[in-house]
Amino acid sequence: MTEFHLSVRSLDKWYGSIHALKGLDLDIPIGQIVGLIGDNGAGKSTFIKILSGVHRQSAGEIFLHGQKAVISSPRDAMNFGIETIYQQTAMLPEMSIARNVFIGRERRRWGPRGLGFLDQRAMASEALAAIEDVGLHLASADTRVKNLSGGQRQGVAIARAMHFRSRMLILDEPTNHLSVKETNRVLDYVRQLREQGITVIFISHNLYHVHDISDRIVVFTRGEKAADLEIGDTSVEHMVDLIT
Amino acid sequence: MTRLLQGMARLLQERTEASALLMLVIMLVAFSFMSPAFLTYNNFQIVLQPIPEIALIVIGVTILMISGEFDLSVGSVFVLAPMIMVICMDAGIPLPVAMLIGLIGAAMAGSVNAFITLRLGLPSFIATLGMLFMARSLAIVISGGFPPAFPRDLDLWWIVGKVDLLRVSIFWLLGIGILLGFWLRRFDFGSWIFATGGNQEAARDMGINTAMVKTTCFVLCSVLAGFAGMIQTFRIKAIVPTMGTGFELTAIAAAVIGGTALTGGIGSVTGAVIGALLIAFIENIIILTRIDANWFRFAVGAMIVVAVTVNKLMRDAAAQRRMRAMSDD
Repeated sequence: MTEFHLSVRSLDKWYGSIHALKGLDLDIPIGQIVGLIGDNGAGKSTFIKILSGVHRQSAGEIFLHGQKAVISSPRDAMNFGIETIYQQTAMLPEMSIARNVFIGRERRRWGPRGLGFLDQRAMASEALAAIEDVGLHLASADTRVKNLSGGQRQGVAIARAMHFRSRMLILDEPTNHLSVKETNRVLDYVRQLREQGITVIFISHNLYHVHDISDRIVVFTRGEKAADLEIGDTSVEHMVDLIT
Repeated sequence: MTRLLQGMARLLQERTEASALLMLVIMLVAFSFMSPAFLTYNNFQIVLQPIPEIALIVIGVTILMISGEFDLSVGSVFVLAPMIMVICMDAGIPLPVAMLIGLIGAAMAGSVNAFITLRLGLPSFIATLGMLFMARSLAIVISGGFPPAFPRDLDLWWIVGKVDLLRVSIFWLLGIGILLGFWLRRFDFGSWIFATGGNQEAARDMGINTAMVKTTCFVLCSVLAGFAGMIQTFRIKAIVPTMGTGFELTAIAAAVIGGTALTGGIGSVTGAVIGALLIAFIENIIILTRIDANWFRFAVGAMIVVAVTVNKLMRDAAAQRRMRAMSDD
């Protein structure tokens, strides 16, 4: 796997007259789990939307393993190896697991993208292998996602990112609305990612989860980086103080 | 036997068009008892003649609804495209070229619908309501207020010729329906249509150009409506400016009866055709049994309510089954 090192320099984002991100400088080395915390409106979502290609920055630069990267669409981000899993929005409930794993990047038997005839068999077998790799054992990849529990859905989303050899995974509130058992399962998935050298940005309002899983904590307040700490240098109580 | 019934129950729960198919079978049986003339050769000849025209519109509306949008202008585009075609033919333009020009006119109406909806951000309900009036008005204006004469001596067997109790147009419907059904289910673009209607934000985040997907569906819907209007013009060998009035609601009704979700992401070409057939059979039985024709709209309305209720009950039952299965785990 190629080294993946993300750096952002002087990143700014304006929404009309609102300065949502103010000159952000950040370095994230390979294989780290970075817990990104902050109150609502702190700039977390703006930052990850820029990294995932949903929004363009107003100013500043992004560097991926030393090279300047222009991310102007979600496809660009994916091509750079950056995958984002949004809380409950990442899945298409009426579609099968296989279709969900490959949506937008379908396996084609023939034809160019947009006119491609689907290779359903390959998608089903690869999807099943991908979800088994994250420890999710389901009988068939034809099962519709609406039939899965919240934890299983997150498992499929993570399997999708890993299958496409993502090098950085952004998890936005991945444990929201999940039971304790399902939450633990998702946190286990994230630990597996670290073992595979995948860089993770973990965003959650649940600071216990963030502290439990992260190697490092970055705190945003009012669009600025307020703190950047190794996990050993902070505690949940300290994190609460930093946010408020 | 129990396994067969369980399988049927699961099919009803998983495939939304299955309940429409069940209704179609029940109605065919019931109608054949209501009128001995119903299941006869001559009657089916009458019923099936206009089916390709309405079913093509319903297919277009269904695909657009799967992508999460509406089109209320199909009834007007249904007359605009053949009007352009007939005027072109009267000006000496050969039939294939005139048809192409008419279909380009329909495609332009669809593009305008897409532009207003996607670029200007108006709901498609409003955008296409505007097009409903504009397209019909345009059709009358370009004809100068008088229906143009339909050219004589055209060889139209290839599109509306009679083959036993059917017309060739039914094979056009079958061909287009199979192609589009295949496109929806087995091609990547079809997947994108379901994804766009099912969860637009997720689809966009996964790199799908949802605006392009919806624009394609708007244009396809209008082109199918225009082509359907041409088939009717060829069949009746006349162009009437009031043609297709009210088709927009019939098409949406048929799509919903066929299992298409108003919220997007669910639907099928098979369901669209079944929905169109159901409406045609209801109209037919009202004529055969000499029931007051004003009951037709009541029957269609009742069928929408029944179809949507059955689909909802089936979905609830499926959800309960899933909950039980999960709690058993």
